[in-house]
Amino acid sequence: MLKTFPETLVSQLLAGNRRALARTITAVENEAPESVEILKTLYPYTGRAYTIGITGAPGTGKSCLVTALTQHLRKQNKTVGIIAVDPTSPFTGGAVLGDRFRMRDLSGDSGVFIRSMASRGHLGGLARTTYDVMRVMDAAGFDIIIIETVGAGQNEVEIVKAADTTIVVEAPGLGDDIQAIKAGILEIADILVVNKADSPLVQNTVRALKAMLDLGHRQRLVAHHGQLMAQTDSTGAPEYDFREVPIIQTVAINGQGISTLVEAIDAHRSYLAENGIRQDRQRARLQGELIARLKETLLKNLLDTVPDETFDQLIESLLARQIDPVSAVQSLLNPQRPLS
Amino acid sequence: MENRKIRVLIAKPGLDGHDRGAKVIARSLRDAGMEVIYTGLRQTPEMIVEAALQEDVDVIGMSILSGAHMALTPRVIELMHESGLDDVKVIIGGIIPDEDVPALKSMGVSEVFGPGTNTDDIVKHIRTVVSV
Repeated sequence: MLKTFPETLVSQLLAGNRRALARTITAVENEAPESVEILKTLYPYTGRAYTIGITGAPGTGKSCLVTALTQHLRKQNKTVGIIAVDPTSPFTGGAVLGDRFRMRDLSGDSGVFIRSMASRGHLGGLARTTYDVMRVMDAAGFDIIIIETVGAGQNEVEIVKAADTTIVVEAPGLGDDIQAIKAGILEIADILVVNKADSPLVQNTVRALKAMLDLGHRQRLVAHHGQLMAQTDSTGAPEYDFREVPIIQTVAINGQGISTLVEAIDAHRSYLAENGIRQDRQRARLQGELIARLKETLLKNLLDTVPDETFDQLIESLLARQIDPVSAVQSLLNPQRPLS
Repeated sequence: MENRKIRVLIAKPGLDGHDRGAKVIARSLRDAGMEVIYTGLRQTPEMIVEAALQEDVDVIGMSILSGAHMALTPRVIELMHESGLDDVKVIIGGIIPDEDVPALKSMGVSEVFGPGTNTDDIVKHIRTVVSV
């Protein structure tokens, strides 16, 4: 690998060099030493792109939907950066990244940049550095960034922290009305898509989702010290988001329903802007990020001051039931205090 | 903490439809802890080089069983040069006559793996030519 100075890389990236963009993403994804400087320099150029998250179970057609959506956005002359996340093997650390395989119709377009990412052990549907890679693409000037999560089951909801509009993709035949009222992934949808809508089972799925939405409104979420939680008013009663979540039927492989989907994204985008929600969400997101980074740094700084022997000794005391975990934490925070 | 992985693009250029070998290789590189970007059948040299650039891979692996290797490989290498990907290694698998191997290597192909190759040998080769 050629060694390029971060400054050169960054200035080439800002000038639109695609190779520099790819190399920068690698540095950030690998958390290479130079990535700190890179992200610092790029930060003022971020915050301009609109981000769309696409999540849903494996096989619902997320990658095909991303392709169809991107083709539509390109007709509107918007440039699109795509981050496609696939899982890393928990056993070998390897991965087969196969989303690009389904995006072949996007190749040869200089207004599109596709990057596959392995989750590298991170849970939640994204890789640990996906958010930073998104920032790199943002700084590179793409109008829209689409993030496709790993095939998500019920609880991979991290995308909601990264995306302005979250689209949850379902396919006919996967679940019933009880699946639809379970907590988790369906709750995060700003837009629900039922893909493969040419299947005869499509009306069952649409009906189950519609019934789920009719049962109640979603509570408005806020970030409190980095945790997403339901917003409450002064009396402690929850505040609701009365926006209706649209259910859109698509057949991604032939483009059916895609223009309706794009209209729904635009409508959600206006809704976020008009009600100041996008700002609130960005604030919440940055607050969460700040807290997470602070935790990481404080932990590292603290552990750097604790000699290995002290740490091992503490583990032995825990094993021997001479000290409990909460007191062990206290003794690490106050080394002067003798172990009781 | 730096977390570097070897990234390999596996592609099938040209028109033959036999992708089992490519999938076997993708799977065994995955099991060796590498990140494999699988692009699948009927890729043009342009598509392959564009994907390699965007994905910032260390290695391009091409599986060719159509006999078109002497036409496709130079084109891929020429495009790689134009895109500044001279440091990316190229390996080829499939049905390649022995007499073509020296010519492919002189174009810049790092190794050619024929039928019956032990997948461990491919893993070892990649680990040798890619400095992590």
